[in-house]
Amino acid sequence: MTWEPVIGIEVHVELATDSKMFCGCAVSFGAEPNTNVCPTCLGLPGALPVPNSAALDAIIAIGLALNCTVSPKSVFHRKNYFYADLPKNYQISQFDVPVCVDGYLDIPTDYGSHRVGIERAHMEEDTGKSTHLGGGGRIDSAQSTLLDFNRSGVPLVEVVSRPEIHSAAQARAYAQGLREIVAELGVSDARLEEGSLRFDANISIRQVGDEVLGTKVEIKNMNSFRSLELAVAYEIDRQIQQVESGGVVIQETRHWDEEAAVTISMRTKEGSSDYRYFAEPDLTPMEMSEQWINRVRETLPELPDARRARYEEAGVEPVLAAVLSSAEPPIRHLFDAAVAVGATPRAAANWLTGEVTAWSRRTETDLDDLNLSGSTLTKLLSLVESNTVSPSAAKEVLDGVLRGEGDPLVVAEARDLLQISDAGPIESAIDETIAANPDAFESLKAGEEKVLGFLVGQVMRATSGKADPKLVNELLRSRAGI
Amino acid sequence: MATLSIVGAARAMRDGTLTASTLLRSVLQKASETEAQVHAYLNIDRTGAEEAAAQADADFADGIDRGPLQGIPVAIKDNMVTRGLETTAASQILAGYVPPYDATVVTRLREAGAVLVGKTNLDEFAMGSSTENSAYGTSYNPWDITRVPGGSSGGSAAAVSVGSALVGLGSDTGGSIRQPASLCGVVGMKPTYGTVSRYGLIAFASSLDQIGPLTKTVEDSALTLSVLWGHDPLDATSFRGDYPDPTAGLGRGVDGLRIGVVRELQGEGYEPDVESSVAQMVDKLSEAGAEVVEQSLPSFDIALSAYYLIAPAEASANLARFDGIRYGHRAPGDTTESMMSRSRAEGFGPEVTRRILLGTYALSAGYYDAFYGQAQRVRSAIRADFARAYADVDVLVSPTSPTVAFEAGARTQDPLAMYLSDICTIPCNLSGDPAISVPLGLDRNGLPIGFQVMAPALGEPIMYQVAAVVEQLAGFDASPELAMVAS
Amino acid sequence: MPVEIDIAHVAKLARLDLSPDEMEGYRSQLSVILDHAARVQSLEGEPEPDVTHPLGMVNAFRADEIKSSLDRDEVLAASPESRDGYFVVPPALES
Ligand SMILES: [Mg+2]
Ligand SMILES: [Zn+2]
Repeated sequence: MTWEPVIGIEVHVELATDSKMFCGCAVSFGAEPNTNVCPTCLGLPGALPVPNSAALDAIIAIGLALNCTVSPKSVFHRKNYFYADLPKNYQISQFDVPVCVDGYLDIPTDYGSHRVGIERAHMEEDTGKSTHLGGGGRIDSAQSTLLDFNRSGVPLVEVVSRPEIHSAAQARAYAQGLREIVAELGVSDARLEEGSLRFDANISIRQVGDEVLGTKVEIKNMNSFRSLELAVAYEIDRQIQQVESGGVVIQETRHWDEEAAVTISMRTKEGSSDYRYFAEPDLTPMEMSEQWINRVRETLPELPDARRARYEEAGVEPVLAAVLSSAEPPIRHLFDAAVAVGATPRAAANWLTGEVTAWSRRTETDLDDLNLSGSTLTKLLSLVESNTVSPSAAKEVLDGVLRGEGDPLVVAEARDLLQISDAGPIESAIDETIAANPDAFESLKAGEEKVLGFLVGQVMRATSGKADPKLVNELLRSRAGI
Repeated sequence: MATLSIVGAARAMRDGTLTASTLLRSVLQKASETEAQVHAYLNIDRTGAEEAAAQADADFADGIDRGPLQGIPVAIKDNMVTRGLETTAASQILAGYVPPYDATVVTRLREAGAVLVGKTNLDEFAMGSSTENSAYGTSYNPWDITRVPGGSSGGSAAAVSVGSALVGLGSDTGGSIRQPASLCGVVGMKPTYGTVSRYGLIAFASSLDQIGPLTKTVEDSALTLSVLWGHDPLDATSFRGDYPDPTAGLGRGVDGLRIGVVRELQGEGYEPDVESSVAQMVDKLSEAGAEVVEQSLPSFDIALSAYYLIAPAEASANLARFDGIRYGHRAPGDTTESMMSRSRAEGFGPEVTRRILLGTYALSAGYYDAFYGQAQRVRSAIRADFARAYADVDVLVSPTSPTVAFEAGARTQDPLAMYLSDICTIPCNLSGDPAISVPLGLDRNGLPIGFQVMAPALGEPIMYQVAAVVEQLAGFDASPELAMVAS
Repeated sequence: MPVEIDIAHVAKLARLDLSPDEMEGYRSQLSVILDHAARVQSLEGEPEPDVTHPLGMVNAFRADEIKSSLDRDEVLAASPESRDGYFVVPPALES
């Protein structure tokens, strides 16, 4: 039997606004407990919420980036459930009229691009944080729980995909794609280790070809791409084993236990969640006018997908285009600047994602602080293209440029890296090489082409990499008479 | 002196014939004479009030005039938070709770130079029509201390009635300002929804709650409203736009106005003295030049039913925050869940518990559409009925309450009978429109009867215009006479 | 038509720890009130449920500006139990 996993993912994205969703408390990670709190986010008697317009701008931006329709009208609802870190014991969220509906995200897979539908993106508020004491941090053996409400009321956008993800790898790609977008938009810190993005997955399995969905299980508590992928993979296997051994999958919520790398059934909440949604009477309806939506649209940066397409169109091969498109902004900006003054896109992409990035890593130089401009890079590339320096020597030229030794040509001269294109000096280097490697040369003469590479390498070494390799090749061949 | 109106006191203070401190002393004296019998206050802030009065006097001396409420003693219903001053909403669950901030109305009063005398009694979380649901003892009607003052703003109504404050702030979710005003013989007014900030009002039902004044006179009411209302950025439901001048219509009479008498708010269940007194007033208005017609608003017959679904539904969420964690009463428990459930069961009184259960039920899966959803449809129908009526008339009138003040204990065992106390007042909460209760006089047993004037949204000026005529035509200026009790 | 009420379920949803006697009392009171409330079902026509603001207010927002927070000591002083800057509650689940 062949099983097809059917996965829907809910992602909670914490927005990086200055103030919280419904009050003026600062949004800040890692502050002293209960220092960014006020009557509203503590749920004190009498306090009222007032929505942060920047958070609405942000969800509209996310919606547009995910190809959603922004609803002309939207309302907040109260989602009622009791939990110690939820101060009002209801969460202000959205129900049947979310801000964004009906979008999609294209994700790369081994078989090409796969489109995952987005059902909705809605606005809500975060809860406080519980720390369970006394049982090694585990909920079920805790002696008491400490509550910090600094996170209470931080704006969240919940993005709900359609059940159109079919493997753990796709789940990961989807989550990464979403992270890339919110990072690009600048609406979230997008730091997974700080909980900026949190994933829940709804997983079921069915036989390939079946229309009907199987019983779904909700998995919670995945805070990294790795744990998302592992948890989904684990849960798919668990369900298949369950069914193949004659059992059934029961509808439940399971918790991903990072340490044990298993999903565990959560004993509470079975079927008892009745959120009693109703329209939030403390807030007015929202109307998202075309004007408002367009104002946000105008501020949208170019998104990874569009960028990738643009790079490909410019002639960068797909894989490299994808790498460049998710490269850090300074690298992408250098690419654009270089291409604008005439650099060959493909070469510029290669150098920037390759040697330039490697150099900054090697020297621990911040990409923002690189001593390189688009036109300088273009000059370097043209030195290579005109055979003025060899590709290997060009790496050294780049090093010199980045170290502030001057323009590429100045560096090449100063470091004596200009390519030798005169036959004279090369001929003498060939003489030396043949003298030092007579056997190899004899083999070449006998038609063993595989030693050609070795000999070319020796000549190049003798010229300290400055010889034009093509010319060396030609000259060696004619000497050997092949 | 404590029976002075705001207008009278304000004039005397500006004439230099009265100081705020003297006025406060007489008000506090009145309180000490009446509290034992009436129990209008939960907490009198003598020190704070004296400081505020002294400040008002200093301001007068310096020629600083902050408007009509400067130096005026005001009583605040104890469901509005006051920084540093215990605020309990008459609930055990908030015993000893001291808020770290002021409600917007409190801020406005302080900035207007008003003297905050103290916090008045109410039905727990404003749920009730008699103040008998207070966890700290019931209040009594100054006209007959065996009877209730009405509710839930019964404490503020009683305080104004006896003169232990010149103004009382109340909140009105289904009639909680107008009904006690009617039962205590004072003027009580519920403004258009969204015009007075709810920030700092401990919420009962957010889409219905509105703060308003209880005063001796219609003019005092209009003046107080002009201080209380205005846009508040801290309340998202606060009206942004032009606020009319509440006093604009005072003194203009009713000549040429069209007044609608609501057909559905009369008949069975209405006391004869209430009906006859209201009918006489309608005749007088007609004689004064108004054109009186009967108006039928059929949805009023099911307004009470809709109210008792919508208000408890909202309340069930609004009161969820009282969980024993961040403030208020905490019962012991091995787990968060058991601690919360016990704290709430111990902390809430029976009426509040009943309404939380009712609202939870009305919102729960399987019942939502038939109850809560349908109640919201009724709300639409009520608004549509009002719109039809106001297309024809300027204001609508009715009794404020079908009965005068009832005996303490008479309705405590029958929730539905208690709920019927608000049958006349509820429609304006569901529509959001303003309405006022003006005393007409006393029934055969010496108990006050109230007359309700309703107006379309932001129709406060015309509402006050008619109310002022009603007040003048009624000519009611009696005060309750309590047997003095040594204190 | 008598209204059915699973009072224990409702009390649990509302986090109210009631004795069996109390529950029975509330159940019978609720059924009387709900019988009356069920009159909303007699409404003729099907108007849209009304949850709009009476004055038609929409889009009430605030600018993204930081306001000062409350003093932590004052906040924690109101709580039944606190420690090291945190509110403290008993553990979340039955152990
Ligand atoms: Mg959510
Ligand atoms: Zn806050």
